[in-house]
Amino acid sequence: MSLFSFLDRNHTIAKPGFSRWMVPPAALCIHLCIGQAYAFSVFNLPMTKLIGITQSAPNDWNIPELGWIFSIAIFVLGFSAAIFGRWVEEGGPRRAMFTAALCWSIGFFISAFGVYIHNLWVVYFGYGLVGGCGLGIGYISPVSTLIKWFPDRPGMATGMAIMGFGGGAFIASPLSVWLMSKFSTPTHVGVAETFIVMGAIYFVFMMVGAFIVRLPAPGWKPEGYIAPVQASKLITTNDVYVYDALKTPQFWFIWIVLCINVTAGIGVLGQASAMSQEMFPGKITAVAAAGFVGLLSLFNMLGRFFWASTSDYIGRKNTYFCFMVLGFLMYCLVPYTGSIGSVVGFVLCFLVIITMYGGGFATVPAYLKDMFGTRYVGAIHGMLITAWSMAGIFGPVLVNYIREYNITHGVPKAQAYNITMYIMAGLFVIGFIANALIKAVHHRFHMQPEHEAISGQLAVDAAGEPTGA
Amino acid sequence: MANQVRTGTPAWQLVLAWAWVGIPLALGVIQTIINSLKLFQ
Repeated sequence: MSLFSFLDRNHTIAKPGFSRWMVPPAALCIHLCIGQAYAFSVFNLPMTKLIGITQSAPNDWNIPELGWIFSIAIFVLGFSAAIFGRWVEEGGPRRAMFTAALCWSIGFFISAFGVYIHNLWVVYFGYGLVGGCGLGIGYISPVSTLIKWFPDRPGMATGMAIMGFGGGAFIASPLSVWLMSKFSTPTHVGVAETFIVMGAIYFVFMMVGAFIVRLPAPGWKPEGYIAPVQASKLITTNDVYVYDALKTPQFWFIWIVLCINVTAGIGVLGQASAMSQEMFPGKITAVAAAGFVGLLSLFNMLGRFFWASTSDYIGRKNTYFCFMVLGFLMYCLVPYTGSIGSVVGFVLCFLVIITMYGGGFATVPAYLKDMFGTRYVGAIHGMLITAWSMAGIFGPVLVNYIREYNITHGVPKAQAYNITMYIMAGLFVIGFIANALIKAVHHRFHMQPEHEAISGQLAVDAAGEPTGA
Repeated sequence: MANQVRTGTPAWQLVLAWAWVGIPLALGVIQTIINSLKLFQ
């Protein structure tokens, strides 16, 4: 037990003088690694040729079968974040980061074995289930720690970490391609070896984050920062217990807003290449479409930092109003840009949309902190991530199935996405209303001082510390 | 208790921590920007 005592919450309390600017890199160590999930598609094509090598053999896996690996991982991400959220909060960030590193790297190792024996169920279990748990625990592990270190700029702090999740694909994609090129031979694709190396690299990288992360000492505050004594209209000074948060309408309104924002973005991200080529035949080639996808990923990452930082100045509710209004306008404009053949207009619309997709993820932890306080914000965030899982189903379904329906009913490919765009715009109206309905949480949900003390003691107990020490 | 950035964590640790995450991210972003330029060719 003492071997792992360094993981305990109490061993992560920062000594006086520790710079809070060490914490964002710790968070980035985790998010840059788990952000690899966005780049998993680089393995899709090689994994369809594991037997045939140069081309798919009859017994090789196909793309729809492989697509489930990512879907399972994202689904498990949402639900593991919800299930383990309270454990992450009470066990402290280092224990959570260590667990995430283990799950994430072991997920790769199991997947490598699955590829080696050519059993897709083993890959589903490895990357999808075990790796998915690493994704969920890793995603929420640094959030509340960052909010505690940056009470003056919670949006910017969490934006930096969650920006890493968007940026992880930038590292993973070229790294995966390079590793596969090194391990491939005329008789071997090199995917299994690449999984093993990536699992090892990610474990080391994430453990660096686990070692440097610290929690602020009780009562710590940034130099010159004066904590508000009175709660403002939409920023509470109280805490709400994780399961009580689920009983508030505010949680579910934020859930709806996030789900709609993610639905709008995720459908586009997944279909951007095909959509751009079909809406502008002859104008956007396959190579240019790949460039468009890269640009979307870049703006997805930048939007996370930009919008989350902006929310510190204009407020979380106003930030989401911006998302809903701008999203509505952009989605209404997209069919028009297609009709006049404006590639520039089309690209600009989707770049704005995708910054708000990333921005929605990055701003929501601070929104939750404003509504429910800092005590259980990580666990509540974990519960909220289920909105992402649901959006992961709604978004692609809306884009793909409506397109298919239109094409089979004789609509030209260039106009096959128009109805989807208007449906997305309509969703933003619902999101606007849900956001408008968000008010301060009723005081009956606030934790009472004696409960705060008990929950604090439970956290210490959960961390394995002697209670009377 | 106030944050003591200047007297606590050495500057080299801060630089090292940020370089650890910043360099791979910067390389990835540069590569992505190069690929994105294909949209405008």
